[in-house]
Amino acid sequence: MANGDRQRRRSHPSSVHSLSFGRQSSEEVLSLIGGPGFSRLVFCNDPHCLQASILKYAGNHVSSTKYNIATFLPKSLFEQFRRVANVYFLLCALLSFTPLSPYSALSNVLPLVVVIGVTMGKEILEDWRRQMQDIEVNNRLVKVHRGGGVFDNIKWKDLKVGAVVKVDKDEYFPADLILLSSSYDEAICYVETMNLDGETNLKMKQALDVTSKLQEDLDFNDFKAVIRCEDPNANLYSFVGSLEFENEQHHPLGPQQLLLRDSKLRNTDYIYGVVIFAGQDTKVVQNSTAPPSKRSKIERRTDKLVYLLFAGLVLISFIGSVFFGLWTSDDITEDGSMTRWYLRPDNTEIYYNPRKASIAAILHFLTALMLYSYFIPISLYVSIEIVKVLQSIFINQDLNMYYEEGDKPARARTSNLNEELGQVETILSDKTGTLTCNSMEFIKCSIAGTAYGIGVTEVERALTRRKRLPDEEVHGDDTSDNAHKASVKGFNFFDERIMNGEWINQPHRDVIQSFLRLMAVCHTAIPEVAEDRREVTYEAESPDEAAFVVAARELGFEFFDRTQGSVSIRELDLVSGKRVERNYKLLNVLEFSSSRKRMSVIVRDEDDGKLLLLSKGADSVMFGRLSEDGREFEARTKEHVGEYADEGLRTMVLAYRELGEDEYREFDEAFRAAKNIVSADRDEMVEEVEDRIEKNLILLGATAVEDKLQNGVPDCIDKLAQAGIKLWVLTGDKMETAINIGYACSLLRQGMKQIIISSETPERVALLKAGDDLAVSAAAKANVVDQINRGKTLIKESRESSDAVALVIDGTSLAFALEDDVKDAFFELAIGCASVICCRSSPKQKALVTRLVKIRTGGTTLAIGDGANDVGMLQEADIGIGISGLEGMQAVMSSDIAIAQFRFLERLLLVHGHWCYRRISSMICYFFYKNIVFGFTLFYFEAYTSFSGEAAYNDWYLALYNVFFTSLPVIALGVFDQDVSAVLCLRFPLLYQEGIHNLLFSWKRILGWAFNGTVSATCIFFFCIRAVEAQAFRKGGEVVGYEILGATMYTCVVWVVNCQIALSISYFTYIQHLFIWGGIVLWYVFVLAYGYLDPYISTTAYMVFVEACAPALSFWLVTLFAVISSLVPYFTYSAIQIRFFPLYHQMIHWVRNDGQANDPEFCRLVKQRSLQPTTVGYSARFEASSKRLDKKPEQATTNIE
Amino acid sequence: MENTDTSTSTVRRNSKRPRYSKFTQQELPACKPILTPRWVISAFMLISIVFIPIGVAALFASRDVVEIVDRYDSECIPANETDKVKYIQTPGEKSCNRTLTVPKRMKPPIFVYYQLDNFYQNHRRYVKSRNDQQLRDSKEANSVSGCKPEDFNNGSVIVPCGLIAWSLFNDTYSLSRNNITLNVSKKDISWKSDREHKFGKDVYPKNFQSGGLIGGGILDPNIPLSEQEDLIVWMRTAALPNFRKLYGKMEVELQENDVIDVTLGNNYNTYSFNGKKKLVLSTTSWLGGKNDFLGIAYLTVGGLCFFLAMAFTVVYLVKPRQLGDPSYLSWNRNPGWR
Repeated sequence: MANGDRQRRRSHPSSVHSLSFGRQSSEEVLSLIGGPGFSRLVFCNDPHCLQASILKYAGNHVSSTKYNIATFLPKSLFEQFRRVANVYFLLCALLSFTPLSPYSALSNVLPLVVVIGVTMGKEILEDWRRQMQDIEVNNRLVKVHRGGGVFDNIKWKDLKVGAVVKVDKDEYFPADLILLSSSYDEAICYVETMNLDGETNLKMKQALDVTSKLQEDLDFNDFKAVIRCEDPNANLYSFVGSLEFENEQHHPLGPQQLLLRDSKLRNTDYIYGVVIFAGQDTKVVQNSTAPPSKRSKIERRTDKLVYLLFAGLVLISFIGSVFFGLWTSDDITEDGSMTRWYLRPDNTEIYYNPRKASIAAILHFLTALMLYSYFIPISLYVSIEIVKVLQSIFINQDLNMYYEEGDKPARARTSNLNEELGQVETILSDKTGTLTCNSMEFIKCSIAGTAYGIGVTEVERALTRRKRLPDEEVHGDDTSDNAHKASVKGFNFFDERIMNGEWINQPHRDVIQSFLRLMAVCHTAIPEVAEDRREVTYEAESPDEAAFVVAARELGFEFFDRTQGSVSIRELDLVSGKRVERNYKLLNVLEFSSSRKRMSVIVRDEDDGKLLLLSKGADSVMFGRLSEDGREFEARTKEHVGEYADEGLRTMVLAYRELGEDEYREFDEAFRAAKNIVSADRDEMVEEVEDRIEKNLILLGATAVEDKLQNGVPDCIDKLAQAGIKLWVLTGDKMETAINIGYACSLLRQGMKQIIISSETPERVALLKAGDDLAVSAAAKANVVDQINRGKTLIKESRESSDAVALVIDGTSLAFALEDDVKDAFFELAIGCASVICCRSSPKQKALVTRLVKIRTGGTTLAIGDGANDVGMLQEADIGIGISGLEGMQAVMSSDIAIAQFRFLERLLLVHGHWCYRRISSMICYFFYKNIVFGFTLFYFEAYTSFSGEAAYNDWYLALYNVFFTSLPVIALGVFDQDVSAVLCLRFPLLYQEGIHNLLFSWKRILGWAFNGTVSATCIFFFCIRAVEAQAFRKGGEVVGYEILGATMYTCVVWVVNCQIALSISYFTYIQHLFIWGGIVLWYVFVLAYGYLDPYISTTAYMVFVEACAPALSFWLVTLFAVISSLVPYFTYSAIQIRFFPLYHQMIHWVRNDGQANDPEFCRLVKQRSLQPTTVGYSARFEASSKRLDKKPEQATTNIE
Repeated sequence: MENTDTSTSTVRRNSKRPRYSKFTQQELPACKPILTPRWVISAFMLISIVFIPIGVAALFASRDVVEIVDRYDSECIPANETDKVKYIQTPGEKSCNRTLTVPKRMKPPIFVYYQLDNFYQNHRRYVKSRNDQQLRDSKEANSVSGCKPEDFNNGSVIVPCGLIAWSLFNDTYSLSRNNITLNVSKKDISWKSDREHKFGKDVYPKNFQSGGLIGGGILDPNIPLSEQEDLIVWMRTAALPNFRKLYGKMEVELQENDVIDVTLGNNYNTYSFNGKKKLVLSTTSWLGGKNDFLGIAYLTVGGLCFFLAMAFTVVYLVKPRQLGDPSYLSWNRNPGWR
């Protein structure tokens, strides 16, 4: 508390911040209260009072689970039977209790029960995990007023509306609160809303004056107030209410007093607040929509496939029924005599009644549907689900995607999109926190025309590695390159010439001094001196500002105190050579705004009394403001700034000038006057005044701050580009920043044509001034359309010259571009560009763009982001990847897969994605194959029983086929198969194209497998029956009966499908061996064991193997023959195919097989010969720059503005 | 490879770091077969090397078997009968004489079969029309479920019930050579497991074929089912509509050109559904009866594989593989956005 007192006493430098919250007039607000939609009544500090209990507002318990004990069964069963296949199987199971059934009911019901049971088990497990998460959140503790001024910890879930809570620094708000007071006298507090909107800068909230005095626990002893406010809604940025406190006065409440659940208290020791919305009513929860359940493309196609099979099944059932009907009606001739008398057609049930053959045929149709149900792989869906869960475990367990520093492994939150990861065509990425670490590092500067700083940016590092080893793999040894890793956050600057006070020996030391001093003074950061350490830390509005102050400190200009009107700095005195403390009287702050692109301060040096205007800003505005004699270093500095920008650094030009007293007085008056104007054009007036004084500056130099890219981002982007994946960056940042990052990530480079669509045009500004909203938007839209059209022509031109084009568009323009009549043109433009950067885009726009890309390309889109502002995008995209950054779980919670770093995307997509895609698609193809083999043998046999509906196999052979003898190998295929090892996947990124082009799950391939299945079934069936025919099948003279033929054919089927999978697997571990050969052995064991059971149970299988099959040589010969000859066609096909028409992965097989995979020169050859030209990434940049060396460098940057 | 330093993992005890294992990192040792020319050619060669001898052996075995097949269904109808069905359905002695000539020496045992064509023993209604409980257990004589319409007769149960038993084949053959009767043994013509476990020793035929419509053969009510081997053989239903069933065995040796006289009791009605009836005498080899299919099939596939092996050898020699030729990749053929 001592610390808090100290801080409270300190007056807060509110003058630094702009407290510009437009308050609605109180009458207006108060008139709304009590009306419809504004009926909420909260009795503060009295949550248990009678009126409150009548109102029955929601408690603070939140639940994200799908089921509870009561709803689980009906709800999950409903989910299960939404799948057509399952409904079909349920119908079959029900029908199997009637005499229609070709086999026993139990053998039919059991597989369905197993399948449904396993799926439901999975649901339970997933829901249980969600429940655990809920419990964690619900049981967090918060201090609540218990009465008598005592605050106790209670669990979040027990929090009631109306309770007064005390939230300490760095804690999350448990519910939506109205701020009453804080540790600051002004009752302000800082809030981080990262979880809500992804913005990391702190937002200031301020309580009403009337409650700001309640600063002690005891003050709440007799605190009573009533809040009337709007009903719960999802709007995060608006709030209307009124507070009735003491003397019955109504005080209007606005968003300025509202603290939202899941945002965090920062920089403030504690606050008091009263709960107004709890649990389900909070704005966050109201905002969260149920995550759309996503299904992968493959799964959707599988559904179609199932329908196709179903159609086939109906067709052959129909054919069978027609024949059956004809056959049956022939059983009694017209004169009434029986033909097949042994069937007693004169005395039958309806199912075989020749006199009502059509009804019999219809009923037979049902029987046939059941009989041929083996065409539909009942275990397909459940197998896919099991496989996907296991695949997710592999993703979670991958050490290469484990982030050591954050202790975060990858986490696949939903498992049903694994294979979609292998088909991503477009990545839509957030910038801050995703591509960048959201930490700015001061890395270079140019002072007096000399460039300082030998730090290396991420992209330079990547480039040098690329140059050094033309094609060698570059794997994560980042630390060795970066030997002197930044020891100070925000500072990565190394140059012995000016560090450690060495700058005094530099030629322009006075300029350097002014430069560093400017950095230390010209900002709005607040220093915080920790009690125990002598270190000063800074709290700044933006991280690049913090980087400035930190850099100044590290270079010897330590900013350590800020008071209401002054800035104190410890700096080196050039004359005495000692460190002295100097105060600068802060006279004015000329704030930064996006239109001004600069900020300045006016200070008076308290030592010599000089008036200084210190200015920093973007190069585009600063160079124009230099005085004639201030341009000494202009040329050199410009050059440096250009270099920095190309490296993706954020540059700032620093300049200053001394002001005359008169000049200042004049300015000050004008400035005050402008500030006091109460009219719409106040800001303009202020700007104008500011503009007048920021002139005739003297250039000092420029700084370069690296918006630090996350580790390995350029590498990753390069790999993804090589894999043919497009990357769009959607950011809420300014256009300049976004373009910087574009350069840093090599999405943009010198020599690339840039189409910049921006609405910040002079005409628009003029129109805005005129205040005609309609005209503004119409003109702006026309402007955007025009720009789009011009861009399109540019693209056409560049296509001929094969230049890469980049598109940069800002949020306002995007809004127009996404309108229905324009979006086609916009989309056409966008896909023609190698890289697309959308800046200043709102969360909603991000989602809209994602949807546009998703729908228009028809390809798979992947969105990746870390903040709550990316949630919409993550949910809209086919796959949403959340970056589990330092804070903020909102994105992760709504993502499908969470990873810790952007660079893991490379492995996630190129390795896991590719594998999963391949596995799942091979698995599904194979599933259809094996069921077609089985189904067709049944069908052929049918034809030999006059389509009477008798199954060729024993009931339990039928039932266990999918569950036992053939399921494990296919699951092993789905879980373990690797066409190409992880290393080679990364070495040949183009392999990924197999997924994008969907080569492994094309209709051609699927139908190919179906055809293969038919061939196998035909071989098996006809070879078997021709081989055994009617003659004795063994020495003892016995002939083959129904049961022996069934067992023989079944043996062949089990062998063939298992050997077929062995042929198509390219990765044999002991597990595959175990499952494949185990499946076959299991069949023999089963038929042996089953045959020993009582004949009542085993029926036709009784002793069939021991007595009949095994001792007969011909049984074994038939098996051998049928198996080999059914596989020869496939074997021949694949031998030809791999040899002469290899797919890309098979080429890699050859490379590996030839032992050339480790020969970099050779790999480059293979890679290059099959490479589409990539247009982004540093490889492309490297190639482009080497090309430029050949030709005369030409600046082709075309700006359309 | 990530290093798996144990010291770091002990320092961070609650680390979420996945534990390294070859399994979880998907690095299990594996063999990665690829269809190289050597593999392809040797696989085809192996198949042909195995298949051709088997084919030859199977063909020889099949050729060794001596088989006499005599179709008698139409011949055994007197020429003046126009309505075959009516003839066969009229009760009475319908004997018929056939003469068979032995083409080659037949060594014992010689198996006597009857062969029926176009007879759907595998029809669902037919297959299900039996009650295994009843056949096995005298106490279960009343279990007749599934036997309709041959379950009750005059109010009492039929043993054995069902259509299969009811339609028991009842043509009889007596064979003689030079007027000496050849003994056709009916012992051990059925599966042992059937005799011992499926047909009870104390279950006697009851009320069998006593109804209005008589299907096929009648059974001696004094012999237990387990000894009625004709019935046991008949009740093991055939898989296909053309089938043979064992009628009996002969332990005599027949010489070439021996003439065998068969006295047939032509009782079984196959005429109404145009089924053929044949009498078959056959010896067996190690492979069973006479069927060239397996031998020929083995030879064909063996030969085909040999041919493929040769073809692949030639092709591989003539047209060596072009490494990494990208022109095969579909996306290289039509570059650009789809």
